[in-house]
Formats: sequence, C-alpha cells, structure tokens
Amino acid sequence: MELDPLLLSRLQFAFVVSFHAIFPVFTIGLASYLAVLNGLFYRTGNPAWERLAIFWARVFAVVFGMGVVSGIVMAFQFGTNWSNFSLAASNILGPLLSYEVVTAFFLEAAFLGVLLFGRGKVPQGVHLFASIMVALGTFISAFWILVSNSWMQTPAGTELIDGRFHVTDWSEAIFTASFPYRFVHFVMASFLTGGFVVAGVSAWYLLIGRDVEANRKAFSMCLWLLLVLAPTQAIVGDGHGLNTLEHQPTKVAAMEGNWETQSRTPLLLFAWPDQKAQENALEVGLPGVASLILTHDIDGEVPGISEVPPEEQPPVWLVFWSFRIMVAMGLAMIVAVLIGAGLRAKGRLYDHRGFLQFMRVMTITPFLAVLAGWFVTEIGRAPWLVYGIMTQAEAVTPSLTGGMALFTLIGYILVYAVVFYAGTLYLTRVVRQGMLPEPPHDDEVERPKRPLSASHVPFEDAANQPGRS
Amino acid sequence: MEMLDLTLIWAGIIGFGVIMYVLMDGFDLGVGILFPFAPDEDSRDVLMNSVAPIWDGNETWLVLGGAGLLAAFPVVYSVFLPALYIGVFLMLAGLIFRGIAFEFRFKSHRNRRWWNRAFFGGSTVAAFAQGAVVGAYIQGFPVEDFVYVGGALDWLTPFTVLTGLGLVAGYALLGATWLIMKTEGHIQAWAYRLAPRLLVAVLAVFAIISLWTPFVDDAVRERWFGHLHLLWVFPALAMLCAFWLWRSVQARREGQPFIATLGVFVFTYLGLVVSKWPVIVPPNYTLWDVASAPESQLFLLLGVLFVIPIVLAYTAWSYWVFRGKVRVGEGYH
Repeated sequence: MELDPLLLSRLQFAFVVSFHAIFPVFTIGLASYLAVLNGLFYRTGNPAWERLAIFWARVFAVVFGMGVVSGIVMAFQFGTNWSNFSLAASNILGPLLSYEVVTAFFLEAAFLGVLLFGRGKVPQGVHLFASIMVALGTFISAFWILVSNSWMQTPAGTELIDGRFHVTDWSEAIFTASFPYRFVHFVMASFLTGGFVVAGVSAWYLLIGRDVEANRKAFSMCLWLLLVLAPTQAIVGDGHGLNTLEHQPTKVAAMEGNWETQSRTPLLLFAWPDQKAQENALEVGLPGVASLILTHDIDGEVPGISEVPPEEQPPVWLVFWSFRIMVAMGLAMIVAVLIGAGLRAKGRLYDHRGFLQFMRVMTITPFLAVLAGWFVTEIGRAPWLVYGIMTQAEAVTPSLTGGMALFTLIGYILVYAVVFYAGTLYLTRVVRQGMLPEPPHDDEVERPKRPLSASHVPFEDAANQPGRS
Repeated sequence: MEMLDLTLIWAGIIGFGVIMYVLMDGFDLGVGILFPFAPDEDSRDVLMNSVAPIWDGNETWLVLGGAGLLAAFPVVYSVFLPALYIGVFLMLAGLIFRGIAFEFRFKSHRNRRWWNRAFFGGSTVAAFAQGAVVGAYIQGFPVEDFVYVGGALDWLTPFTVLTGLGLVAGYALLGATWLIMKTEGHIQAWAYRLAPRLLVAVLAVFAIISLWTPFVDDAVRERWFGHLHLLWVFPALAMLCAFWLWRSVQARREGQPFIATLGVFVFTYLGLVVSKWPVIVPPNYTLWDVASAPESQLFLLLGVLFVIPIVLAYTAWSYWVFRGKVRVGEGYH
C-alpha cells in the first residue's frame, strides 16, 4: 500500500492537536475557578476556600506544565507538514498565532509565578489580582487560537494575491462570521470541563470521607454552576449550528447524515453513512425533527451533502458520529445536573452514593465532548483547509513523503505516550494526596517558569503516604 | 517608500532571539550533555539544580522564534521546516524528554536512572539537531519558487554531522563553564578539568568547519576572500575569547570562563551572520525576498516591542534571584 503523506499529516495533526487540546481546555476552566476560590477566600476569610485553592492550584500547575510541553510541537507543525499553507496564510496566521505566544509568555512572566508560589509572600490582594490575570490570560490565549481557526472556517478580511493571503482589514479578519459562536461555545466547554472535573474529584473525596467540609462546598458550587452552564451550552451549540448552516452547509449536512436536499428532514438517531453509494446504509430517525431544529419549521428545507460533488465532501461517517458523541455527552451532562438539582431539593446531594459515583464517572465526559466537537468542526471542513479557498491537498508540504510522515507520526505517538503516562500517573498521585500538607521542601528552586515545580508530591510510594484512608 | 524598513527591524529581533536562545538554552543543554559524566549521583542533583529554575524560561526564545519566523519571514519557516523535517522532530522529541525529565526526576526515586537517561539523551539529540540546522543553513537548500524541493535527508551530510557534533561540544563547553561558576568543591574541580578538553574539541571542529565552508558555499568563499576585510574581525575576536577562556581556566577564575565562552559564541555567530548577510534561505533568497507583508510585520511588531522588555526584565530578575553557588543537598528532593 502506498503511504499517503496527506492522510498521515492529517492524522498527525489531529493526534498532536487533540492531545494538546485536552490540557488547555481544562486549564482555562480551572484558572477561572481558582480566581473564584481566591476571591471567596479574600472576601470571607474561610480557610476551606484557601485549602481548595491550594489543592487546585497544584493540579493546575501540573496540567498547565503538560500543556506547555505538548504545545511546543504545535509551533512547528504548520511548517513541517503544511508548508504551502503556512506560506500562503502567513500574513494573517503568523501575527495571530504569534500574539497567542506573546500573550502566553506575558502571562507566565508576570502572573503565573505569583499565583503558584506567591501565597503568603505577597499581600492577599496582589495574589488575587494575579489569579484573575492568569484567568484573563487563558481567555486571551483562547481568543487568538479561535480567531485563527475561525478565519480558516469562514475566511474574511483578506484577499489572495499571487497565492498569498493579504490582510485588507484586520478587524474583519479577526471577527469573522463564525468566531463569536465558536468562542462562546469553546469557553463554555472549558467551564464545563473544569466544573465536571472539580465536581468529580470532590465527589470522590466525599465518597471516602476526606476533607468533607471543603469538598461539600466545592461540589455544591460546581453543581450550581453546571446547572446553568450545561443547558445553556445546548442553546449556544444550537446557535453555532445555525451559523454553520449559513456558512458551511455541507458540514451541517454531514453532521445530520443528510445526503439529499429535502424538506421534513429526519433527525437520525442511528445511521451508517456510505460515502461511495452517497446514502445511508441503515437509518433510524425522527421525521422532520432535523428540519425543525435547523430551520425552526418542520417542513423546512435542509441542504444535502450531494449539493457538492463527492470530491468536495468531508468523510461523512466521522463527522456524523463525532457529532452524535458530542451531543450524547452534552445530554448526559444535562441529565447529571438535573439529577443533582433534584437531590439537592431533597437534601441528599452529599450522601447519595450512587450519584457521587456517577459524578466521578462523568469527569471524562467533557473531554470526550470537546474532542468530538473539534472533530466535527475540523473534519467537517474537509477537504478545505481554508474554507472554499484552499484544500488540504494544496496545503500539504510538497516535499513530504509518506515514509517521513509515518516516521514522525509514530514518533509523536511514542513521545506523547510517555508524557501522558508520566503526567497522568503523577496527577493521580496529586489527587490521592489531596489537601494534605505536602512533604517538606525547600522552595528556593521553584519558580514561575516551571509550573510543575509547584507540586512536590513524590512519584512513588503512594501507599506509604501519611493519612491515606 | 517605507519610513522604516520593517524587515530590517524584524531581522534584528529574530537575530537577537536566536543568539539569546543559543546562549541561554545552550548552557542548560550543555549541563544535560555532561550529566552522565558527573562524578556521582549527588553531583547530578547539583547539576540539575543549577539550571532548574531557569531552563524553562530559556526555551521561551525558541517558541517565540518559531512563531516570529512564521509571521515575519514565512519563507524561512516554510522552507527550513520541511527541509529539516526529521531533524526538527528529533529536536522537539529531545526537548520534550528532557523537559519532563527535569520535573519528574526530582519526584521519582525508583525510576531515577531512566529520567537520567532521558535528560542526557534529550539534551544531546536536541543540541546535535540544532548544530545540524546551522550546517544545513550554510549548505543551502534546493528551492524552487519558494518551495523546498529536496529530499528528506538531504540535510544530513558529513558537513552537517560535523556542525552537529560541534554544537554538542560547544554547548558542553558552555555547560562546563557555567558549572565552574555555579558550583564548588569536587564538582567545580571536575568542570575545571573538562573545560580545556572541550575547548580543544570546539576549536578543532571550528577550524575544520572554517576550512570546509568555502568549499560548501561559493558565496561565502567570495565574501571571505573578497574586499570585506572587516569580516576577519569576528573570528579574531572569537579566538581572543578562546584564549581568554584558556587563561582564566588555568588561573582558576570562577566567572570569567563562562563569559569568555559566551564571547566565543557571540563572535562566531556574528561571523556567520556577516558571511551570509543578507541571504537567509541560501543560495537564492535574501531577507527581503522572504519577508511577509509590511502590514503583518507592523501588526505584530507592536505586541512584540511591548513584551520583549518584560520577558527580558523577568529573565534578568530570575537570574538575579538564583545568583550564587548551588551546593550539594540544597535545592529540592
């Protein structure tokens, strides 16, 4: 079989970016949560808030560190595998991505150190300010990344001259049609991720009866937040979908598995899209519901995939199923927060062991939803890289061979497997250690550029740690 | 006509970033290269602690350089990275391994041996790959219409292997002189013994590369033996620094060898820049051929001019905080 450098590059990019995305999506939510905890401690002086803030800052440090390590690779991926794209889009994407880097460095240089190491060394108000600035910084980082991505989805403010994009209007290029929806949808996803992780970990602590007072506060607060966020995200997602229908109808058609333009389009619960036959092999659907959702009219007309020739269609089954996974996760989240609200009304929020176990398991759902969501929007854009203007095939590095791409794909998988294994193992130790005081250490060598050094939990011998229940 | 030549300003910024990166990550990569040769496990703790607080900040310049190149000199980005595809991967993998080894070695006891290997291996591979990049830059790249048209391993020639090994030796020298400054007792004595040997190795490679380069690159040959006599100032100053380094090691001065090594690097770098200027994607393209649109250069310049002073101030502050000697048993465990 011939190795296809285009396919392998797509796999590699998908792998590297998915792996990387897990960390920032969590840190964005967690940074805001830390700011809230520090704010509550500042206002009330209740030490439970401080204990929570110290513990979650430790987790934040590890996750942030892994995000930085995996992010270095991203700065070079565009050039190694997508050099034609880099060259063509450099006038616009170069500054946008550089601004993300610049923001991140500014944030690290100025405030991260104070947040992680400054407690007790700087006035409490300064510490709170640093915490808020770190949270703000994570939004600004996300802003630039999503601006870049949205420009690739719904390009504007640029013109193509001799094969290169030139910016004609920066504000048009930055605030493109899909940007506001994507940004809100993503930030809410980050909050959901942070919320479900904190809730899940707190649920586990409550199950084993550790630090009950602080963890009840955390659990309760997260569930209030999630009760608002989870249903709102469904509404935002709907808006994002309608925006996509307007600007990228083929993507929506693939999400719905709708091959032919038709009115009364069914909402498919199950289908097996067959790209060759240009139809679904099997389908089970609710008649008219997709039309109702997308056009707010049961007889509304929904465009089909076949509006564009097969070579301009994305791989439908991937988009179709990723979309279903994302929605299923979202629905599971809504169910979870509603059950939580019900239990709270009955006063059983903290002692219903079944629910606490359920919330533990729910920790994984926002990560799956985020990855599935990215798959939908990225694969759904295929074969375009810059929608309607430049295809992935035109964008790939011309000198790249299948063998080279395969070599680095396997290489990155191996490298990240080690990073992920060590990092996850370590994170588990940090969580097991919980809010107990850390082993004594000399903090002279810890500094802001090294977020991971904010945690001193040893790697091994978890069984010997004092106070494990 | 532009009022300011933005391309020139960007060349200055990127050029500054490159030498900052080489000097700063250079010595901490060098410490990693010397790691397995340290007298004992306790000294390895000291070695790591001597760079632990700052290495991460040092790599800031690499990421800033990568993103800045895409924004200001996209052709460099889109030719170098495909041409050096395998080398870039090795460098990144090396940097990642050594980055996590830094963190997890201290937290781990049972697997410390493996983290030691990751630290040494990652540092050495990254240093070699960077040296090979320099060699490949001197060699030049087959490019047609701004697109790299060569093969996967064209960059890997005897010449680039030599520049790769040269940079490994050079970084090790930076690391050794850094340790002379930052340690004492038997570790410092060990570093004092290493420095002259590494200097000899570096000078040997330096000499071979200098003799070889005119045969690799016609443009450099013409410039070297042309009328630009000022050019010879830089290798002369580099040699002077090497001499200073030798003498200060003999005299057991603690701080001077490191400064002298920085001098060797800076003047070698300037010599390379002057030899190649203004060609940036050899053999054909100058800085102005490969620049991005002025409006894009300007847009980013505003942010960068704001942030670079802050990063510099912060860097200076971290170095100030961690000035002085690192001792056995200090630092964290």
